[in-house]
Amino acid sequence: MSEQLPAGNKPLSVLAVFVASLRRDLLLALRRRSDFLNPLAFFLIVCSLFPLGVGPNPEQLAMLAPGILWVVALLACLLSSDTLFRTDYDDGSLELMLLSPASLYLQVLAKTLGHWLLTGFPLTLLSPLLGLLLQLPTSGMLPLMLAMAIGTAVLSFIGAIGAALTVGLRKGGLLLSLIILPLYVPVLIFGVATVTSAVAGFSYLGQLAILGALLALSVTLAPLAIAASLRISVDN
Amino acid sequence: MADLLQTVDLSCERDGRLLVDTLNLRIIKGAIYQLTGPNGSGKTSLMRVLCGLSSRYSGELLWAGAPLHTNRAAYHSQLLYLGHSSGVKAALTPRENLSWHAALKGLTGMEAQQRIDQALEQVGLYGYEDAACFTLSAGQQRRVGLARLFIGDEKLWLLDEPFTAIDTAGVAQLEGWIERFVSDQGGTVILTTHHQLAVQVNVHQVQLGLS
Repeated sequence: MSEQLPAGNKPLSVLAVFVASLRRDLLLALRRRSDFLNPLAFFLIVCSLFPLGVGPNPEQLAMLAPGILWVVALLACLLSSDTLFRTDYDDGSLELMLLSPASLYLQVLAKTLGHWLLTGFPLTLLSPLLGLLLQLPTSGMLPLMLAMAIGTAVLSFIGAIGAALTVGLRKGGLLLSLIILPLYVPVLIFGVATVTSAVAGFSYLGQLAILGALLALSVTLAPLAIAASLRISVDN
Repeated sequence: MADLLQTVDLSCERDGRLLVDTLNLRIIKGAIYQLTGPNGSGKTSLMRVLCGLSSRYSGELLWAGAPLHTNRAAYHSQLLYLGHSSGVKAALTPRENLSWHAALKGLTGMEAQQRIDQALEQVGLYGYEDAACFTLSAGQQRRVGLARLFIGDEKLWLLDEPFTAIDTAGVAQLEGWIERFVSDQGGTVILTTHHQLAVQVNVHQVQLGLS
């Protein structure tokens, strides 16, 4: 069919589509700061409420800290994943994404990376501060940040699958949580395990490696699931 | 002349109502097709089927003689679809909106910038390139969406109610663009609209909702 392409039509630049999609999402977030500051504020507030709730006893807090940080980070990601494709669906951008000759896989990858840069990455940067607040020993700080960086990226990909499946529904909020929370559990288990074994003085590389494997799996396979789900959601 | 797009026994149904029954349509190069019919007669549904967004149909769609699902990318590189919602982000400026559209069509860098500037001038948004779209009027926002007509080199335009929220002068302008696209560039347009097109090119009427 190549003879039907007009003379001036160049092959699509793979990188250009990726960069343009990412740039657009980051620009949008910059213009509407409250949307992406919401999960961060949630993370900050809930974590700082815990010492008031369970008491300021340092040993007790230190024991609970990895679990608290991870559960709250997980909920913050859940909170933000609903918006991933919502506005694009409402204003018709999603249809244009599907109708573009450019690969949907890459566009979806760019959007998910954008989501991580706006939620998971700031959460990672905030986590040592909140670890300090929760009396997490300093030996746990670096493992916490590493596990957060990798784990929240996996959470973004899983959340994007759920968001893509439910974007066509008017009230998909609860359904979204039901779909993605069970899938979040492995990340929670290995994320917490990374930090607790580091604090106990053991090697944490094994747990981190499992998180890394989950991320590799998400980067390669999740965009396929997200793209297919988007096609179904728009197909009406 | 070879058919651009062809529907073979195309039927589509929505919520138990048969909207299109065994439609055999041959879309040829350099013509305008106007889908007409009362509200709810399935114009938009048919448009979504034709552009490949909806799979709720039976029968077959052929693009340049080959089944559409086997050469989606080739079809979509030649297709411009303008739906009810134009994919314009209110928080972004017209230039930012269009540079994303250009990238989706494979245009980047200086070439994209030039085309965007030309397109914005063409639709009468010169001077508004860098104003956020929410500060523009509904008609102007609609024009940002219409500027996409001038960015790529598509051969087939699918326009779903393109005249919505456009002023009288704009309607005449848009009719002029459609006419020039068809007569000068050999393009093909399928559109839905309720008003009579004032163009010098022959308009094929496709009437839906006749039972």
